[in-house]
Amino acid sequence: MSSVAIGNKKGFGATLWDYLTTVDHKKLGNMYFFAGLLFFAIAGFEALLMRIQLMVPNNDFVSAGLFNELLTMHGTTMLFLAATPLLFGFMNWIVPLQIGARDVAFPFLNSLGFWLFFLGAVFLHLSFFMGGAPDAGWTSYASLSLYSPGHGIDFYVLGLQISGAGTLISGINFVVTIITMRAPGMTFMRMPLFTWTTLIVGALITFAFPPLTVALFFMLVDRMFGANFFDHTMGGNTIIYEHLFWIFGHPEVYILILPAFGLFSEIIPVFARKRLFGYSSMVFATILIGFLGFMVWAHHMFATGLGPTANAIFAVATMAIAVPTGMKVFNWILTIWGGSIKVTVPMIYALGFIPSFVAGGVTGVMQAVAPLDYQLHDSYFIVAHFHYVIVGGVVLGIFGATHFYWPIMTNRVLNEKLGFLTFWTFFIGFHLTFFIQHFLGLMGMPRRVFTYQGDQGWDLFNFISSIGALLMGLGVIFLVVNMLLSIKSKPLNTSDYWGDGRSLEWALKTPVPFYNFKQTPLIRGYDPYWIEKHEGNKEGMTYAEPVGDIHMPNGSILPLIMSIGMFIAAFGSLYHPDGVSWSVPVIILGIGITVACMIIRSFKDDLGFTVTKEEIIATEESLYGKGGNK
Amino acid sequence: MGHDTHIHEKSVAQHEFDRRKNAVEMRKQVVNFAIMILFTFIAFAVVVADFSPYFIKPFILLLAAVQVVLQLYAFMHMGEKHASHIGTINTFVWVGAIIAFTVFLCFLTIIWW
Amino acid sequence: MDINTKYTPKTWPDHAEQVTLEGKNKFVGIWIFICSDIVLFASVFATYLALKDSGPSGMDITAKELFGLELAFVMTMLLLTSSLTSVYAMYHMKNFNSKGVLIWMGITVLLGLGFLGLEIYEFYEYTVHEGFGFTHSAFSSAFYLLVGTHGLHVIIGLIWITGLIIRNAKRGLNLYNAPKFFAASIYWHFIDVVWVFIFTVVYLMGVLG
Ligand code: HEM
Ligand SMILES: [Cu+2]
Repeated sequence: MSSVAIGNKKGFGATLWDYLTTVDHKKLGNMYFFAGLLFFAIAGFEALLMRIQLMVPNNDFVSAGLFNELLTMHGTTMLFLAATPLLFGFMNWIVPLQIGARDVAFPFLNSLGFWLFFLGAVFLHLSFFMGGAPDAGWTSYASLSLYSPGHGIDFYVLGLQISGAGTLISGINFVVTIITMRAPGMTFMRMPLFTWTTLIVGALITFAFPPLTVALFFMLVDRMFGANFFDHTMGGNTIIYEHLFWIFGHPEVYILILPAFGLFSEIIPVFARKRLFGYSSMVFATILIGFLGFMVWAHHMFATGLGPTANAIFAVATMAIAVPTGMKVFNWILTIWGGSIKVTVPMIYALGFIPSFVAGGVTGVMQAVAPLDYQLHDSYFIVAHFHYVIVGGVVLGIFGATHFYWPIMTNRVLNEKLGFLTFWTFFIGFHLTFFIQHFLGLMGMPRRVFTYQGDQGWDLFNFISSIGALLMGLGVIFLVVNMLLSIKSKPLNTSDYWGDGRSLEWALKTPVPFYNFKQTPLIRGYDPYWIEKHEGNKEGMTYAEPVGDIHMPNGSILPLIMSIGMFIAAFGSLYHPDGVSWSVPVIILGIGITVACMIIRSFKDDLGFTVTKEEIIATEESLYGKGGNK
Repeated sequence: MGHDTHIHEKSVAQHEFDRRKNAVEMRKQVVNFAIMILFTFIAFAVVVADFSPYFIKPFILLLAAVQVVLQLYAFMHMGEKHASHIGTINTFVWVGAIIAFTVFLCFLTIIWW
Repeated sequence: MDINTKYTPKTWPDHAEQVTLEGKNKFVGIWIFICSDIVLFASVFATYLALKDSGPSGMDITAKELFGLELAFVMTMLLLTSSLTSVYAMYHMKNFNSKGVLIWMGITVLLGLGFLGLEIYEFYEYTVHEGFGFTHSAFSSAFYLLVGTHGLHVIIGLIWITGLIIRNAKRGLNLYNAPKFFAASIYWHFIDVVWVFIFTVVYLMGVLG
């Protein structure tokens, strides 16, 4: 049933089964992380192919059609299937530890969320082998995609529908976990910032994913079942798609960047060895960004012709977001200011992040000026802007946090020298690739083109940009090598690896046992672990309860089977417009499998299992030797 | 996970009191229900009675809003102070309502093709 | 564990649905889910309003001619009443009367089935007799998707509550199933909330033109 069997090594089959059925937030965190890394590599590879194509004018390395597919899959994969799951990996791993919980609120749904995401992602990628990938850009505007021949767009719609459902489930799960499962004493205003940003991101997912679901569903029935939402000859309106997409799309960019903000807010105080400056203003800024994020979506549609009033309102609202974001930047700087700084690998990522992200933010405000956006729209300036915030913000955050949390996640440490090498290769490559693209955009190079004529003054800049991209690829390879090397390295078996940990997760000794804290800790203030260390507490933490039985959730294979059901149904739907006879039966079969699993789930009581005190002590001894977690 | 729940036996008087309290609460709910039914009647009636649309439209929207608030606060316990985390839930619901309102506003004003 | 603890009306805690952590999680969880559903319905609803009465040039079906109020009125009454019956079920849950819970939940299901039957009948009428099928126009697509999404929620609610009734028919209330009943009843009220908007905006205002 569960992992109380301790000590002895499990065979491959048992380990595999364990991962297929697990509901443990730490294992699911690993799964999210490595699945995200896989898709990051795939999408990065697609980016390199695009950059090779654009390296010289009139290149024919890839065809125009293939370029469109690469472009679409790169954007879609990076946003939905790489950045999101990588961040979810950290949220799953760290948030329950930071709030002193045993697991998330709905462990079963956590696993369901992962499998939906993963199978949706696999479904989307099958398109490469089954008649062509989607090719209408990651936004897949209806006016273009409705008439795209073949099944590419259908793969996009169905794959994102499934993986989006998974993301929504996980998002709701995080919200509930943070609301109900904080350890005693952990008030909202004592929560670490990463937990705060996760809460807000969960709320953003809760509110933003439904419009995406609706937009994709409209597209699905339009393309596959003869509906007319976007077909203007039948009274439909394609602008509705754009609105729905961006009502989702703008919060989505905050869904990605806020957790990165949270991660840096954890990293910076540890290595500046100073309390986070302006904690409550950080919290306030996070909430405000989250809320304003819903009121600005039409800045993506200035050039659609919404009229001057609408454009003006959305322009002003967009500029307003710069204020809380600026607050955050100054808080980070003031945290570093006067600290006794240790420049470790996570910290160098933080130091690199601040100026890079600010550059992306400034170009964002430029684009918020509607008249200027008419010039910048759909040019390489836009590409430069969003890569500055996404790579300079989100990806640097993910890489920094990988180094930062690797000791907790794997009980190993990433090599520091190689870490610095990774950083500098990636960072230089990043600026080389994208800085120059601002100017390409201003010189008039449009975005989403597969090639260009020579001698317009773009040749050299494009060449430089492609060299930068190769450097970034090299940086990612270094990171992966570092991870592989760390497997061979010595286990740490320690707590507070960096020596200056402040929040609860650092109080745990690694490897973290499956029930996390042996006793639920008592939170006596912000930065609880630092408080205990400061007061010379040798125990690590003050605990809210004596060592006693622990109640844990059971694993289950049902989430995987439910997701497979949706996967099957998606195939039926995909081939429905071809008029094949088996499409509807397959849809019914797939949904039937899913519903059957739900019924089994609700008819079989799942009461979890109890880990007795003796088992806990035995587990701790096998993990850390005699004396257990001291 | 579960904090062990301690069994606590109520005194007879307390038990009687609670039962009565529940009954009174239930009666209140029936009154709420009656109000909703009444509002529904009125809404249908004004439409059938063919008043000016300029009156009817805002009026029935108002009735709908009141009904919804009744549902949320009476039937769905959003107004119950001791329900767990109800303050947070209220915040979430109203933020959701604001976002929903924004969507409506946008679709009714700037989609004109 | 919770499920094996036998209760009597006197030991049954106040707010039994929220005394365990699992109960609290379910309560907060269903609410957060409803929040996301609010935005889901808002999106479909707003689309309906944007596409109301629009179709291929020369389309002759408009909301004003299509919709009748009689059916909508009966459906509204059925659904509103089912809201009250589920409140009754929760009332009996407070008094630790499991039979009352099952009976009133059963009535709720029956009313919901009645609602669903009328909705299917209505769709059938429009599609077959009025020639107003799903693919007829943008208006028809938007109408069926809006009302159909609500109908889908009703179906899910019916399956959910029926499942709860069957599963717990033979065993009394305990701290394990009380939160489940409670969450289902909140979900059911939410379906009613959405319907209030649908009958007001789609049917009543539709008839006004
Ligand atoms: C490894 C470094 C990266 C390189 C070299 C790269 C390169 C590119 C290129 C060449 C394009 C096409 C631009 C165009 O023709 O319009 C593009 C588009 C895009 N990229 Fe990246 N990219 C990288 C990383 C990322 C990351 C990390 C993300 C997000 C997490 C991302 C998100 C996007 C998006 C959303 C698009 C727009 C796709 C579309 O227009 O539909 N990129 N990228
Ligand atoms: Cu935006």
